Amino acid sequence: MQEKIAHIIGKYHHDKGFLVPILQDVQKEFNYLPKEALTTVGALLQVPLSRIYEIATFYRAFSLTPRGKHQMSLCVGTACHVRGAPIIQDGIERVLGVKAGQTTADLEFTFETVNCLGACALGPILVVDGEYQGQMTLSKANKLLKKLGKKVATDEED
Amino acid sequence: MSQTVTLTIDGRQVQAEAGTTLLEAARSVNIQIPHLCSNEELAPYGACRMCMVEIRQGQRTRLVASCIYEVEEGLEVQTVTERVLNVRRLVIELLLARNPTHPTLLKMAADLGIEKTRFEVEVKGCILCGLCVRTCREVVGVSAIGFEGRGTSRRVTTPFNEAPPDCIACGACATVCPVGVIPLKDKAGIRTIWKTDYPLQRCESCGRIIAPVKQLEYFAKITNQPLSHFTEHCVHCR
Repeated sequence: MQEKIAHIIGKYHHDKGFLVPILQDVQKEFNYLPKEALTTVGALLQVPLSRIYEIATFYRAFSLTPRGKHQMSLCVGTACHVRGAPIIQDGIERVLGVKAGQTTADLEFTFETVNCLGACALGPILVVDGEYQGQMTLSKANKLLKKLGKKVATDEED
Repeated sequence: MSQTVTLTIDGRQVQAEAGTTLLEAARSVNIQIPHLCSNEELAPYGACRMCMVEIRQGQRTRLVASCIYEVEEGLEVQTVTERVLNVRRLVIELLLARNPTHPTLLKMAADLGIEKTRFEVEVKGCILCGLCVRTCREVVGVSAIGFEGRGTSRRVTTPFNEAPPDCIACGACATVCPVGVIPLKDKAGIRTIWKTDYPLQRCESCGRIIAPVKQLEYFAKITNQPLSHFTEHCVHCR
């Protein structure tokens, strides 16, 4: 871990001003921000740990808990909401067995809601591993989950 | 060389050094502006918004925070107008919604004719003025504490809510807090702060308590003196 972080910081010439991009790279490397990683970044950049913790908790893009292999973000903004996002949210939460903002115990899926992705015409939108999937429905969401290896009890199987 | 500018505060001509703030200029002529997050030992911050004043710009007036607004040549400042008082009333009511009982806040509210807040009370105690965090960072120099999160869940805490690795238990944060919400307890040679126990050092000559061991170790480090320099004698028996 130490070496990987030292390498990332080296890319930014040990410049404190690049703390956010450094943390982004660290998160990409470990899938979240482990405590030891933040301590190491602080020691190498000579930035107080309290300051790094402040930044890591300020931005929602940073996570201090491990995230799943697959990221699912459901838009629950106004347009998506009226087009049925809550039904999809219920469905996904039931299948994964976690609430929005949580990660499944097997670290396969992280499910979260976002408040607007700026593509309301496509609503409801589900972002799966960075890919925007528009006009989402419950059955389409279930199909996507299945494709990613989640066992889904659907009507057809019954 | 520093430049002097002349401005008007509440109709009085005031001379001030360029680069200083309206709050400082007002204080120099004994015009009191209420404030909570400003401290002369710390860099201007502008968090509490109690020190709002009205400045004239051409035909219009504008509200600015006097603790961060720098003096300007010929500037016209009003510190007590209906608009200013309305903003201060709103601010103090919002602060009271977080801390409805502290005498400092109640006194400020009473001065503005406010008895209680119109907002739903959600007792947090802390008013997020940042004095503790900034004192730890700028004066003490250890940055043991900081903010966490943002918006309504923003709060002051130690990294990961654990025993703070950089804390020297000096207690400056608890001392500077205007609403006294940082618990600090000295008992039986132990100081408890940020949910962590720190042993207190006794004077090797007279046995009186001097300060937390970690604080003296920090002093020794930054002054490049042996630790014994700070433990052999205290201020009482030196």
